[in-house]
Amino acid sequence: MAASWCTTSSPSTSELAARFALWPCSSPSATTTSWRRSWQALVSQHRRRGHFLQIWGTESLCVQEEMAEAKGVSLAAAKERGQLVFLEGLKSCLDLLFGEEEQPGQPSPLQFLSGSTCDLRALFDFVRVSLSAADSWKGPVLLVDDLSVLLSLGAAPVAVLDFIHYCRVCVCCQLKGNVVVLVHSNEDSEDEENELVVNSLCHHSDLILWAEGLATGFCKDVHGQIKIIKRLSLRQAAEQDLVQIYQYKIQDRNVTFFARGLSAAVL
Amino acid sequence: ELPAPLLDDSHGKELGDEAAAVKPEDFQDSMKIAWRYQNLPKMEVSPTTHTKFGHYYDISKKMSPELCQSVKLHSFYLHEELPFEPKMKTWNMNSGYARLLQSIQRIISQEGFDGSDPQKKQRNVLRIGIQSLGSILWGDDVCCSDTPEDPQSLTKFLYVLRGLLRKSLSACIITMPAHLIQNKAIMERVTNLSDMVVGLESFIGSERETNPLYKDYHGLVHVHQIPRLNSLICDVSDTKDLAFRLKRKQFTIERLHLPPDLSDTVSRASKQDLAGSAKLLSSGCGAMAIGKKHLDF
Repeated sequence: MAASWCTTSSPSTSELAARFALWPCSSPSATTTSWRRSWQALVSQHRRRGHFLQIWGTESLCVQEEMAEAKGVSLAAAKERGQLVFLEGLKSCLDLLFGEEEQPGQPSPLQFLSGSTCDLRALFDFVRVSLSAADSWKGPVLLVDDLSVLLSLGAAPVAVLDFIHYCRVCVCCQLKGNVVVLVHSNEDSEDEENELVVNSLCHHSDLILWAEGLATGFCKDVHGQIKIIKRLSLRQAAEQDLVQIYQYKIQDRNVTFFARGLSAAVL
Repeated sequence: ELPAPLLDDSHGKELGDEAAAVKPEDFQDSMKIAWRYQNLPKMEVSPTTHTKFGHYYDISKKMSPELCQSVKLHSFYLHEELPFEPKMKTWNMNSGYARLLQSIQRIISQEGFDGSDPQKKQRNVLRIGIQSLGSILWGDDVCCSDTPEDPQSLTKFLYVLRGLLRKSLSACIITMPAHLIQNKAIMERVTNLSDMVVGLESFIGSERETNPLYKDYHGLVHVHQIPRLNSLICDVSDTKDLAFRLKRKQFTIERLHLPPDLSDTVSRASKQDLAGSAKLLSSGCGAMAIGKKHLDF
């Protein structure tokens, strides 16, 4: 199941308009994992022909590599083949705060942390420069994990939305690629800034994957449900958005998706 | 002031004795249980009743000074630290947090916890404990005001700390006075930036202190988040309802176990009252929690 929806947003077909996909997640525990499972399915599907630029906010490279290995995706190999460029947010942050004085021509992508600037221009410049350096890339994918962290680091919601807007123009419009972003959200969240970012992103995205826990509470056999919303209304005003709901169970090295009420425990 | 550790097996033996003492009583006073539950294993209140897991402490005694001195301890007391060095880059963060981070980074680097000293034979883990983060003791007003002056300092601190911990052999436990933080948005962000989040809710001063459901306990333990480090799935426990008890020598965390309703005045009204206060319990915990009156069998 995870593989099939990835195919429809593949950038390999030139007729397809560039897509902007957004994955809001609530209850970080199981759902963030399912998002990572799904993006790894995306990577493994595209590893022969796709190219990825990923920005990691909350996990270090070695953790990401281990999780990818579990699915048979080698991030190190992808990097060597020139298919993957990544920015490790944690490492970048430490380099900025504890490292040597930065070179004037090479500002840190997370420069906004030091307060010298309040926008995310340096981060966008990193994205733009990385993509322009890879001339042979067709249909690149920009993965951001996760955008909510930027707010925790002091970026204003408007700055975050501006950053995503510039990324869309660069990746989707100019390079005919895709942008995939992870955000966290809660039904009863009081984080207004985060909700502003999430709502604005939902409004502009072509595809939304909304993973959340079950409304009925914890269940051993069904860890959560995923709502796939195809924003057909963006293309034509009269069209209704297509909503599909599946439930899932996360295992050691796999995630199984099934229709509601049809988990293996029930059948 | 640290509690004295129990270094021998006497604690395990004590627990075993307690468990053994309980059993003969149960046998004499055995109750008939519904046939459906007859063959289920007997529920253990605490998973470690018969096994020794982790470290145990006697909270009625203090840790001996000799033991404290035998290990390398680094402490950080904000008001005794040197003033913030002017040549440091602007961190755009509360200076108390910034100095703490610098201190932690210095210890990690000097003691080789970041793997910078390959000759070091004994690889140990740096254990960091930070108390009352977010309180006024750290120069932060997040606990005093609904609209703090610099709400991002706390979350930036946690992010940078996460970076330091991820790239070194260290672990950190932080306590926060969450009941004082009015701004819920900050607590949501703090939760998202943490690996594991556990809340303790004391009954003292609340109506639950006199609630018969909770008479054996002193408070509840809420597990808000469990870590998924280097794996896709975390080890989720079967029970979500945990309570803590402060005994004379021990602080224990147990499964919240509802006693059977043996009172003489079992009536619909009282059942609804109890069910109302037990509304937070998950469905796995006792039939008494099903409080709707038309489902009374």
